[in-house]
Amino acid sequence: MEVTVIRAGMLTTVQDLGRAGHRACGVPLGGAADPFALRVANLLVGNPESSAAFEITLAGPELEFADRTVLALCGAEFDGVPSWHPFELAAGERLRFGACRRGCRGYLAVAGGIAVEPVLGGRGTCLSAGFGGWQGRPLRDGDLLGAGEPVRRLAAPPRWAPDPRMIPEYSAEPVVRILRGSAGPELFQGLVAGRFRVGSHSDRMGIRLEEPALPGAPPAGSLVSAPVAPGTVQVPPDGRPIVLLSDAQTLGGYARAAHAIGPDLPLLAQLRPNDHVRFREVGLAQAHAAAIEREHSFTLLRRGIAQKFA
Amino acid sequence: MRIEPLGDAAALVVLGEGTGGEILQQVLGLAQGLEASRAEGIEDIVPAYNTIAVFYDPLRLGKGGRPPFDEVCSWVEARAASAGSRDKFPGGRRVEIPVCYGGRSGPDLPEVAAGAGLSEADAVALHSGADYRVHAIGFVPGFPYLGGLPERLATPRRATPRPRVPAGSVGIGGSQTGVYPFATPGGWHLIGRTPLVLFDPARGEPALLRAGDTVRFRPISEGEFAKWK
Repeated sequence: MEVTVIRAGMLTTVQDLGRAGHRACGVPLGGAADPFALRVANLLVGNPESSAAFEITLAGPELEFADRTVLALCGAEFDGVPSWHPFELAAGERLRFGACRRGCRGYLAVAGGIAVEPVLGGRGTCLSAGFGGWQGRPLRDGDLLGAGEPVRRLAAPPRWAPDPRMIPEYSAEPVVRILRGSAGPELFQGLVAGRFRVGSHSDRMGIRLEEPALPGAPPAGSLVSAPVAPGTVQVPPDGRPIVLLSDAQTLGGYARAAHAIGPDLPLLAQLRPNDHVRFREVGLAQAHAAAIEREHSFTLLRRGIAQKFA
Repeated sequence: MRIEPLGDAAALVVLGEGTGGEILQQVLGLAQGLEASRAEGIEDIVPAYNTIAVFYDPLRLGKGGRPPFDEVCSWVEARAASAGSRDKFPGGRRVEIPVCYGGRSGPDLPEVAAGAGLSEADAVALHSGADYRVHAIGFVPGFPYLGGLPERLATPRRATPRPRVPAGSVGIGGSQTGVYPFATPGGWHLIGRTPLVLFDPARGEPALLRAGDTVRFRPISEGEFAKWK
């Protein structure tokens, strides 16, 4: 099935759940900045949850689908497109994204998944090195992509949505749970005490927090570069923290003040410029318990959906 | 050695505070030993300077009720305890990188040479006469963090970064030298360019270099650069 990109939107890329296994040669994990939303969107259209889907940023695209298809949009919410439940388009129909009402990144799953070849074990777009996804780059007007053959076909999209209790508490001012980093108590306390404004240079590599700036950051060049991970909160010499997201480089040379826990990365991925964020300390055991709880709700969702498709 | 959480899905093994050839050997030896004995649920082992990051899936470890981080620590500690005898890093490969110095390929060579009080030819001889060790790969895929720049060639970063540095450019930034694998913005002084591709996802081993390799730059002419396949 063909998908024609009428208008590409601000930054629309093909993403999946990333490509672990190549960090030693500098390849970022990549994949959806909000993996929760991508997984749910895929499940809602009957796809394996790691299938490739569109990641849509703030100003969405206009897409034309050659055949009848089932779609689902999760994460950010846009005018003109239903969210968090599957819907159907007729052959030749266009999907036009209006204004982004909530969040920053929407995930549009297409029944059958976006048909792109895996590169280094992932179908996501690696923007820094220009490979993977759709020709290693964001979509452009006029691109013609394909979707795979749906694993399971729906006669008509069912009118259901995931239990709202399983959806992360997306907000324009979320409280993100963090673990202590190696940089010491001063920077960490500064993070826990502050309310930070999201800067406009934030991207898939990281959320840049503009104010307040934290005192006590080590000077430039004083630290040895070391591995970092999505969620790591780096504090450069100017004191403005950067929370790394899925496209973050594999090594960093700034102070590691804290690490946002995996289950809260979706909250960060949905922040837009001028939103605010606060931080709360948790321990490693709580972080892992939160991850287990998140997976448990996915198990329930998968089970519920399997029945709908039966 | 100490091991600290690097978030909820990785552990950072810190082998010491300093950097240099000796600690890099320890890091690479242990990383190699971990690679050889990696278990289910270990996603990535990333050596860099004096640390190794072990990325794990907290949902796939800890099945026996043990905290996943503790499980990773036990594994790393056990391997490290026996590393002295079995995990000797053999020393890495020697990789020669042809570089067309100066001219359009290296527009900042005159400035770097002047700063070092050398002629351009002598600056090239100094840069291409040294051995450089790869301490880590990162920043962008395939980018080598090289140690061993002769002190005299150290040049502060450009006041204004270039919006686009061509792929293969060889630069000097502070006391570091390196090669840009992709066209990116960059603040280093560009002294030359290699026709080699540092990172190609279609290759069996995508990155030309690995941590632990020793790099030597070999000057080539503009003609050789143009003809390079």
